[in-house]
Amino acid sequence: MPQLGSGIGGLMVEVQERTRESFQRLASAELPALYWLARRLVRDGAEDLVQEALLRAYRSYGTLREDTAAGPWLKRILVNVFRDQLRRQARSVQELPVEEVEDFSLYQTLVEQDPLPYSDTLHHDYLRAFGKEDVREVLLRLPELYRAPLVLRYMDGFATKEIARLLDVPLGTVLARLHRGRKRFERELWVYAQETGLLKGVVQ
Amino acid sequence: MTENQGLIPCSEAVRQLWDYLDQAVSPEDQAKVEQHLSFCRTCCGELEFARQLRGFLAAQGADELPPHVKARLERFVADL
Repeated sequence: MPQLGSGIGGLMVEVQERTRESFQRLASAELPALYWLARRLVRDGAEDLVQEALLRAYRSYGTLREDTAAGPWLKRILVNVFRDQLRRQARSVQELPVEEVEDFSLYQTLVEQDPLPYSDTLHHDYLRAFGKEDVREVLLRLPELYRAPLVLRYMDGFATKEIARLLDVPLGTVLARLHRGRKRFERELWVYAQETGLLKGVVQ
Repeated sequence: MTENQGLIPCSEAVRQLWDYLDQAVSPEDQAKVEQHLSFCRTCCGELEFARQLRGFLAAQGADELPPHVKARLERFVADL
């Protein structure tokens, strides 16, 4: 059960109304969204991340005002758990030198290298060759520093300001990491396909 | 491209394309990006590809859970 504030009648009534069953119902509905977000954030331990987030969410369920906002609320908690895990690991992740990534353009590389010579829609067909697990592998090649903002912004639709708050970094840092993350992602989309022979299976 | 007064180079235009698509650039920057796009075919291609990439990322959303994961997580929720 959630922790009750001592002697605060209104809160008690609220907590009583929000039964364990309602939390379970709400959490069950969000399991796929939470699990797939966790799988994009971490290589291993996605289930643990979801479980830790659910425990934390259950303890603070009383702070959720509207059950309709449960999806984003649970995702935010999961990102908080992820951030705390990163801090505990206390790994110093190096920022990439700007010039190392910023010059790469997947758009231009595809034009120049033309890996699908019989395609009329080269860029579109190139992306279509990537299955969801391929995309995950590409994402996991990015340092968390760049991967997390990219996932949160473009796959889960968080606003940049909220990402800054969730990851506890300045907005300008988020914007810079998003840019570098996009460039790094483009480059890894290219390198991954080269390394794995991904395009060989594509009908040309 | 040649440098003209007030025009931004390709590197700067490309840097802003995703924010431009998000309508998250200032009106001044939006005008600069659009001015650049009006004469730079390469960056128009970059813009179109950025749009495709964005859609590609957004389409990677949540699938159904694999059965063994679903069973474990649902049991975990039931035990809360």
